Amino acid sequence: MAVLNTDNMKMRAQLKGEVTEVKVLMSHPMETGRKKDDFDKLIPAHFVQLVTATLNGKTVLEAQWGTGISKNPYLTFRLTGAKIGDIIEVTWIDNLGETATQNIAVTQA
Amino acid sequence: MQRRKFLSLLLGSASLLFMLPINAWAALWNKAAFETAKLSEASKNLAIHDEITSLDIQITAPDRAENGAIVQVEVKSNILNTEAISIFVEKNPTPLIAHFKFSQGAEPFIITRIKMADTSDIKVVVKAGNQYFTHAKNVIVLENGCG
Repeated sequence: MAVLNTDNMKMRAQLKGEVTEVKVLMSHPMETGRKKDDFDKLIPAHFVQLVTATLNGKTVLEAQWGTGISKNPYLTFRLTGAKIGDIIEVTWIDNLGETATQNIAVTQA
Repeated sequence: MQRRKFLSLLLGSASLLFMLPINAWAALWNKAAFETAKLSEASKNLAIHDEITSLDIQITAPDRAENGAIVQVEVKSNILNTEAISIFVEKNPTPLIAHFKFSQGAEPFIITRIKMADTSDIKVVVKAGNQYFTHAKNVIVLENGCG
């Protein structure tokens, strides 16, 4: 079932010259489904599948991920045309339907 | 009776509300491309064809990774009209790592951290219009990062 978690992500969006660099750190186990626990039982796959970023509500980045993204995923992307105070929002959803969303205003670097 | 009916209605509509977005999202995830063990299958499922090797794709990653569980990769495309970037690790159990689609002022640039099961090429494919460009970088992995 969908869980809305707002403490899940750390974000920063800084304008340097004409480019806004957005850094995102998510909290997620990113289990491949191939790893075994201490009792030799397979840990079920649990990983982020989709990540979307918007600038003032308009989609700028759509990502599909597999199990090969590291635990606690890290992502940097860059935008042109964003101004100070513009809102960047990132949302992820994983294979179990869990989701988290976070937004941040663009600041001067 | 009426209360029960109301409750079941309420539950029904609530589960519908939860189900809808999940189903809509699921349709966006390329299951066939991500779950295959073959890089060629993954590429095919992403509609990648006739790849042209290009030095206009910059891949920044360590030459040697101590720990394959976390390998930082930076990809920058200098190809005009880059729409999407796909990242593959040839020797991973499932080679397709990620697919990024850019729009409305997003630069064709990404930094992320990936898992590498073994010493392998990191292969990047860029989509620009109807054309596909590719470049690869080899990373020596000292301790494997796939469980």
